[in-house]
Amino acid sequence: MEIIMSFVIGFLFMAAVYLMLSKSLIRIIIGTGLLSHGAHLLILTMGGLGGTAPPVVADGVSVSDYADPLPQALILTAIVISFAVTSFFLVLAYRAYQELGTDNMNLMRGTEDND
Amino acid sequence: MINLLLFPILIPLLFAAILLFFPKNISLQRIISAAAAVATLISVLFLLLKVKADGVQAVTLGSWDAPFGITMVSDMLSVLLVLSATIITLFVIFYSMPTIGIDREKSFYYPAVLFLLVGVNGAFTTGDIFNLFVFFEVLLMASYMLIVHGGEKPQLRESIKYLLVNVISSALFVAAVAFLYSVTGTLNMADLAVKIPQIEETGILTVIAVMFLVVFGFKAAIFPLYFWLPGAYHAPPIPVLALFGALLTKVGVYAIIRTYTLFFTMNIAFTHELLGIIAILTILAGCIGALAYFDVKKIIIYNIIIAVGVILFGIAQMNEAGIEGALFYLVHDMLIKAALFFLVGIVAVIFGTSNLREMGGLMKTYPVLGWVYLIAAFGLAGIPPLSGFPGKLLIVQGGFEGPQFWGSIVVLATSLLVLLSAIRIFIYAFWGEPVKTVPLKKRSYYQMFVPAVILVGITVILGVGAELFMPLINGAGEVLLNPSIYIDAVLKE
Amino acid sequence: MRTNDVMLKTATKVVTFIILMFAVHIFFAGHYTPGGGFVGGLLTASAIVLLMLAYDIETVKKIIPVNYVMLTAIGLLIALSTAAASIFFNVPFFTHAYDYFDLPLFGKTSLHSAALFDLGVYLVVVGVTMTIIQTIGEDE
Repeated sequence: MEIIMSFVIGFLFMAAVYLMLSKSLIRIIIGTGLLSHGAHLLILTMGGLGGTAPPVVADGVSVSDYADPLPQALILTAIVISFAVTSFFLVLAYRAYQELGTDNMNLMRGTEDND
Repeated sequence: MINLLLFPILIPLLFAAILLFFPKNISLQRIISAAAAVATLISVLFLLLKVKADGVQAVTLGSWDAPFGITMVSDMLSVLLVLSATIITLFVIFYSMPTIGIDREKSFYYPAVLFLLVGVNGAFTTGDIFNLFVFFEVLLMASYMLIVHGGEKPQLRESIKYLLVNVISSALFVAAVAFLYSVTGTLNMADLAVKIPQIEETGILTVIAVMFLVVFGFKAAIFPLYFWLPGAYHAPPIPVLALFGALLTKVGVYAIIRTYTLFFTMNIAFTHELLGIIAILTILAGCIGALAYFDVKKIIIYNIIIAVGVILFGIAQMNEAGIEGALFYLVHDMLIKAALFFLVGIVAVIFGTSNLREMGGLMKTYPVLGWVYLIAAFGLAGIPPLSGFPGKLLIVQGGFEGPQFWGSIVVLATSLLVLLSAIRIFIYAFWGEPVKTVPLKKRSYYQMFVPAVILVGITVILGVGAELFMPLINGAGEVLLNPSIYIDAVLKE
Repeated sequence: MRTNDVMLKTATKVVTFIILMFAVHIFFAGHYTPGGGFVGGLLTASAIVLLMLAYDIETVKKIIPVNYVMLTAIGLLIALSTAAASIFFNVPFFTHAYDYFDLPLFGKTSLHSAALFDLGVYLVVVGVTMTIIQTIGEDE
């Protein structure tokens, strides 16, 4: 199972890098979304996929059955953060598109000298 | 009061939440944000006394004992950095009032500054590597808000790049945390310091250490990863620039210091030598930039990168002189960078441009400003008895005691380049034929000038009275050199 | 230029309330099982967004006259003060109190101060999400 997950994570990172290297701003944002998904899955996989019972003390469940709660807590936090950052990024992209009149990163280069 | 070390994080958070209620009432915004910074400062001073008297303070959130709960730890290094950050934020708030503009003040400028302080203080205080990530994100969210605040075209353009770089580095951070967790099974820094020496495969840990160096290097702007900094920092207005330049890169530097002294010490021959080499390259790259540009903001921005290199070079030596020098230089650099940005900001406002070629002759109309700037520039370059000197002296001494003596020579030689780059501003802007200036009201001039002078004054005191501050720096260095003090305070067994 | 979408509008009138009820359910389910303030807040926000899609922002503003920035601030204050209450008892920050109570109608119920913290999270999530959506949606 870890092997499959590793391939999935690798594929997500690959797709994210490909998208982030494109010129269109919206593709870049989707790329960052995929990148953070890959990182979240990585935490889950690295924490170990063993254990099926929820990590709550209950009758008839031994300690070895519990899933590791820490990676899940970390992922939840990371998801909330990436949700906030992605939504901010979308607002920013929209504002930038309105102000600059383009979503092409090639046209957004330049320094303060050539405004 | 076991929660005292959380007050520098909670007070600005509370006031920032209150400020959200009435964005349009500017006078109230100003008063409350200044009051928040003052209250935070007072709590930090109490904390400083407490840490000095009783040693390292630790509290575990929600009463979940370490290493299971999130630990917040305040040792001397944390307190000193929190103190500097709070002082700078206080002065930035004062400096913002005349310069930032009514429109920005009405759209949540002060809450964003306070949220930034929450993130910075939290990152300095936390004792958990994932919690460090969370506080990084808090301060990054506030910095995204500040960097795009006002919505001018260059700001929008640069903030997209800034955001993208930081999103990528955050994803790398999460990935690095995942690897660290899979190898050690813990994320509490003190617990990591206990567990890592027990692990025999140092190879994988070295890889993880370098990954963390990359992650923190993005924030700290070390050699190959500083590319985003000059453009991004050039876009926002001066008060925001001063805040960023003084605080944000230093958080990355702090994270490197903490991780590389507390637990990534299993393969010093490789990791710390790498850090030393990168530090030297960072200094050189910064010097080239600082000399190449004719823009006052750019020159000081590249000086941030130089300072990061100097501090990390001291840390890479892993001996007493090197680390204490780096800590002294870190505190000095936060204060002097804020002061320099304030002064340069006044110069840019007076001339209406930040291009050095269009400046000149300010010495006749604003002599005091000229002399204060000269003192700050000398302090930046480390001319005795100003505050840059003791730190740099110790770093150089540490370099000669360590394996990388050639690095010390580079640090010494580049001090001259730093001086040259800062003096160029003095020569071009203050000497020469007077050029047309933008008329500036006396009142708003003093509103900008007084915070800058006080900050320069603090750095002068820090330099002249270095003997008084050295016990604090010694205390901070002692914890870094003997991780067992830190571990005992957190795990309390 | 809007088409008068009768089906969407009619369905929205029913579905919005189902989503809102489900949000409340998820919010309280977070006590001991999956759920909680964050998910509940997102669901509530999605219900409001659905209203905005079916009608338009102006109408929804009339229906729900809430300043979402204020909502965020209130949420932050609630969450912060719940966590900070521990300071006054001199126990580590974020330490929660809980006990079982015999309430009329509910019987034996566990009341937990973490629920108040979650309420703050809920308000912050609704506030932030709606602020972002309004910022994008308003200036067309």
